[in-house]
Amino acid sequence: MELNSENSQRHTLAVLVDNRPGVLARVSTLISGRGFNIDSLSVAETMDPDVSLITLITTGTPRIISQIVKQLRKLINVIKVTDLAEVDHVERQLVMVRVKAVEANRAEIMRLAKIFRAQIIDVNSRTYTLEITGGQDKIRAALALLDEFGIEEQVSTGLTAISRSPLITKKSQSQG
Amino acid sequence: MTTLTGAEILIECWKKEGVEVIFGYPGAATIDIHHHLATSALRFVLCRHEQAAVHAAEGYARSTGRPGVVLVTSGPGATNTVTGLAGANMDSVPVIVFSGQVTRMLIGNDAFQEVDIVGVTRAVTKHNYLVFSTAELAQTIKEAFYVATSGRPGSVLVDLPKDVLAGKAEFSYPKKVFLKAYQPHLTPHPKQVSKAAGLLKKAQKPLIYAGGGVIASGADEELLNLAELLDIPVTTSLMGLGAFPGTHRLFLGMLGMHGLYRANMAVQNADLILAVGSRFDDRVTGLLTHFAKEAVIIHIDVDTTSIHKILDVDVPLVADARQALAAVLESLGRAPDYPRGSRELWHKTIRDWDLSCPLTYTREEGLLKPQFVIESLYRHTGGKAVIVTDVGQHQMWSAQFYLYSQPRQFITSGGLGVMGFGLPAALGVLVAKPGSQVINITGDGSILMNIQELATAAQEKLPVKVAILNNGALGMVRQWQDLFYDRRYADTLLNPAPDFVQLAASFGIKGYQAAGEKEAGEIIETALAEPGPVIMDFKVSPGENVFPMVPAGRAIDEMILRPLELP
Repeated sequence: MELNSENSQRHTLAVLVDNRPGVLARVSTLISGRGFNIDSLSVAETMDPDVSLITLITTGTPRIISQIVKQLRKLINVIKVTDLAEVDHVERQLVMVRVKAVEANRAEIMRLAKIFRAQIIDVNSRTYTLEITGGQDKIRAALALLDEFGIEEQVSTGLTAISRSPLITKKSQSQG
Repeated sequence: MTTLTGAEILIECWKKEGVEVIFGYPGAATIDIHHHLATSALRFVLCRHEQAAVHAAEGYARSTGRPGVVLVTSGPGATNTVTGLAGANMDSVPVIVFSGQVTRMLIGNDAFQEVDIVGVTRAVTKHNYLVFSTAELAQTIKEAFYVATSGRPGSVLVDLPKDVLAGKAEFSYPKKVFLKAYQPHLTPHPKQVSKAAGLLKKAQKPLIYAGGGVIASGADEELLNLAELLDIPVTTSLMGLGAFPGTHRLFLGMLGMHGLYRANMAVQNADLILAVGSRFDDRVTGLLTHFAKEAVIIHIDVDTTSIHKILDVDVPLVADARQALAAVLESLGRAPDYPRGSRELWHKTIRDWDLSCPLTYTREEGLLKPQFVIESLYRHTGGKAVIVTDVGQHQMWSAQFYLYSQPRQFITSGGLGVMGFGLPAALGVLVAKPGSQVINITGDGSILMNIQELATAAQEKLPVKVAILNNGALGMVRQWQDLFYDRRYADTLLNPAPDFVQLAASFGIKGYQAAGEKEAGEIIETALAEPGPVIMDFKVSPGENVFPMVPAGRAIDEMILRPLELP
C-alpha cells in the first residue's frame, strides 16, 4: 500500500461511538497503530447520552482512508463512520488567541475582530484575548493578520463538523 | 434469582456457555476463582506458562471449533498472554482470556502485579473488557463469548478486578446479546452470488484459493462440491490446509512463498481465482503487482476489511464462507455448462508443470533428510494424525510433505508465526480429543520456547508425540543467510543442543533419537505404540533447505526450485 502519494487528501471522519471509557483510545490507537497521524480530534456527547461523536481529521490516499473507515467500523464500540468528504457539510473550529495590544494597535485589532466576527474575551494593559470560530481558512487568515501585532499564545479545539442533511439521528441504530 | 459472588458467577457463566476445560495458571488475583473451580465439574489444565495456556486453548479451539478459555492472574500472568492473544486473533481463533486484576481502588496506583492489560492488549485482541462491577459481570461474559465466536472469530480478554470477583450480585445469565455496533454480515448478496456463478461457468482456467475461513465456517463440503461440480483445481494457504482433501486429484497443494510449483504457476496463469476465507497475506501473494495478473478475482470473506485491503478484487462477497459457497452452488444448479475442452487443457498444463518441477528432495547415503522424516510420519500414521507444528523450516515441510484429508487436522501458527506454539497447542488438541493421534512436529529452536509444557503433558497424561527435526540451527533464518546473506550464519547456530532424550527423561517422558533412515522408522514405530508422551529427536542433515522458495519481494512464479550450487 502506498504510504505517501500525491493522491493524499485530508478527510474529516465523523465516528459515532458508544459513550464508554476507553472507546476514544480504541479509535485513536487504531489509527496511530497503522502509522497514520490524526491532524485534529474532537469528542462530545450527542443528543443520545449513550452515544458520543468523535470528529477526526486524517490525511491519506483514498485506499488508506477506506481501510481506516473499514477498520473503524470493525471496532465493537463503533456505531457508524461517515467520511464527510463524501457528503456536503459545514466545519467549524474554535481558537483563542492572546495578542499583544499596545495602545497604537488597539483600534486596528478591534477592527479585525469585527471583520472576522471574533469576540474579545479578555483584556489587560498589554494584551487582548480573542475568541475566533470558523472554518480552517478563515481562522488561518485571522491568525496571520493578528500575528503582525505579535501573538503571545494560541490554543485551539479540534475541528467539528455537521452534514447538511440528516446523518446523525437521535437513535443511530444501524452501522453505516 | 440467586445471589452469588463474582467468582461463582464467572463459573456459572462458563457452564452456561458449555465450557468444559479451562487452561491457565493461578495467582493471588484469581485465587477465589480457583477455590470454587476445584469443587465444580469443570476441568482446569495447569500449564507451566501463561503463554502456553493460551496456545493450548488455541489448540483446543482449532481442533473443535469451540472457544478456548484461559484463566490467568494479574500483572505478569496477564502480560504473558499477549503473544497468544495476538496469534489467535490473527488466525481468527476464538480464544477468551480471563485475567485477574488488582482491586478497583488500586487500579492506576502501580500496585503489586498491576498492569493495564486492557490497554496493553487493545491492539492484539478483537475486543477486550475491564469489568467494573459484579452486577455487569454476567452480561460482559455473554458479550465476550459472542464477540469471540461470531463473524470473523478472534481473541477477547476480560479483566476481572479482585473485588469484583469477591463482590456479590444477583445472577441471571442473559439469553441473548445485542450489540448495536457489531452485527456480522453472514448472508451473501444474491446479486454478487449470481455474478460469481456466471463468471465461474465461463472461466476457462479457473482456480480456487481456499484459506482458514473455510475450516472456521465448516465450508469444506461445499468447497469439495463446487470444485468437483465445475472441475476446478484447488490450492490453499497454510491456514487452509485440510480444507480440501490432500490426496484429491484436483488438489495442487499450498501456494505462496514455499508453495508448490504447480500451485504458484496456476495462480499466475489462471483466468479466474475464487478466493474463499483467505486474505491474500504477503506470504501468499509475493510481489503484489505481479500477482495473478490474468485473473478475474472473486473474494469471499466474512471480514469486510479483508476485501480490497491488499488488492482490488472484481467480485467481493462479504459473507460466511459456507453460506456463500452454498449460495453459489445453488445458483449454478445441478449440471452447469462450462467449457470442458479448455478445462482438460488447463489440467494438462498443470500436470505438465508438476512433471517438470515436482515437489521433491534428494535422499543421500548416510543422511537423514527432514522431508524423509515427515514422509515417514505420514506413512506410519496412515495420514490420519493431527499434526501441530511450530514455526520455521519444519513447518513448511509439514505443510508440503504431509497430506491432510480433514479440516482441523493441521494446526499451525500462521499469521503471527509463533515459535513455541506447537507443544502447548498439541496438548490442547489432546485435551479436546482424547485418544486421537497428535504429533507436534517441531524444530530444535521452537521446542525450547515452551519446553516446560512437557511437565503439563506428564501431569495431565497427554500422550503427545513430539518430533524434533534437529538440525542444530534456526533453520529458516539460516536458509535466508544461505541464499541472501553470504552464508554468514549470524546468531542462528544452536550449539550445543540439549540432550533431548535426557531432557525428556527428566520430565518422566520417554525419549528416542535417530540419525539414519532406518532408525527413524524404528523410533516412529516405537513412539506411536507408546501410551504416554514421547520425544523423538531426529538428527537431520543440517544443510537442508525448503524449496520451492519465492525470495521476498519477487513474483510467486519466480521460484528457487532446488539448492543452489554453492561454491
